[in-house]
Amino acid sequence: MTDNTPQIVAFCCSNCASAAANVAEGMKMTMPGNVKIIQVPCTGRIEVLHLLKPFEEGADGVYVAGCQEDSCQYVTGITKAAKRVAHVKKILEELEIEPDRIEVFNLSAGKGQEFVEMAHEMTGKIKGLGPVLP
Amino acid sequence: MIVAEPKPIKEILEMVRDLKKILIVGCKGCVTVCNVGGSKEVAILASTLRIAAKKNGKEIEIGEETLERQCDPEYIEEIKDIINDYDAVISIACGVGPQFLSERYPATRVFPGVNTRFMGGAIEHGIWSERCAGCGTCVVHYFGGLCPIARCSKSLLNGPCGGSNNGKCEISGDVDCIWDIIVRKMMEQGRLDELLEFKPPKSWMTARDGGPRTMTREELVK
Ligand code: SF4
Ligand code: SF4
Repeated sequence: MTDNTPQIVAFCCSNCASAAANVAEGMKMTMPGNVKIIQVPCTGRIEVLHLLKPFEEGADGVYVAGCQEDSCQYVTGITKAAKRVAHVKKILEELEIEPDRIEVFNLSAGKGQEFVEMAHEMTGKIKGLGPVLP
Repeated sequence: MIVAEPKPIKEILEMVRDLKKILIVGCKGCVTVCNVGGSKEVAILASTLRIAAKKNGKEIEIGEETLERQCDPEYIEEIKDIINDYDAVISIACGVGPQFLSERYPATRVFPGVNTRFMGGAIEHGIWSERCAGCGTCVVHYFGGLCPIARCSKSLLNGPCGGSNNGKCEISGDVDCIWDIIVRKMMEQGRLDELLEFKPPKSWMTARDGGPRTMTREELVK
């Protein structure tokens, strides 16, 4: 965290979240600069290790933005991702790090505004928690 | 396969509290198949320990290795040139792994990173179930190919106890009564009468009860 600006990594599904990002861009809505987006073909490919690595490298928060559970292009991608996020929450808890530092969000391709809002929401929440390091 | 589960991270952190250079060693055998001790899990544990160290403001160096197997000396040998660079090893193989490592590298501290649970299989992805208790003299053919030693809570060999209830064992509604399954299967195969044949008490000499076991096959010994 620099100057109380949390570093956040967002894993975004290319079918919905990234499409939503394009919509947001078209609406001239800007993403907060502290959120680094990693685009993935399907959130089902994101493994526990991928979710831990940003924390290891100094990130203050991580989130996964994927499809609605009933409209995942690859059927169960986002459901799998949600389970892995839940698992990482448990790991963080065991390390006495706030589990709220990692979240999963569902959205659909047209929801540009929501896409930008979730980045702000996460930034606000992590700001409230402060940096991971004491 | 031998089925294991990760040890609580807190327990592992406590084990290695004062250590700075740790080698995590995985195994490509059973524990890779049951998603607890392969190269992926080595990386996850390494990352978790690094995050913990960062959080606690500690310097830590973690090495990651995954051996073909930890139950054969030739693979244990593969880390001989690097093991002395570390203060300790965490093995995430089954309980055999930390022991083979301890025996081969007597000066090194070795910690178990998983809890070894049982011999069994995956009944579906992410769910494992016990099948064999390693009794040393297999008798499943008397019981429709199913093992009452590993799967009956009382290891009964002459039919169910009085606690069998709607297919469930009296110890818990979550546990199938294997005797219910055995009887149904033998009925389906028209072999129920075979179960009437009395099974005398089994000798447990070939099981763990006979003391620690070794096995020699002369035709293989060099
Ligand atoms: S009878 Fe013995 S060897 Fe056979 S499955 Fe049961 S415990 Fe294992
Ligand atoms: S209820 Fe069935 S499984 Fe349980 S102890 Fe009795 S016979 Fe064995």
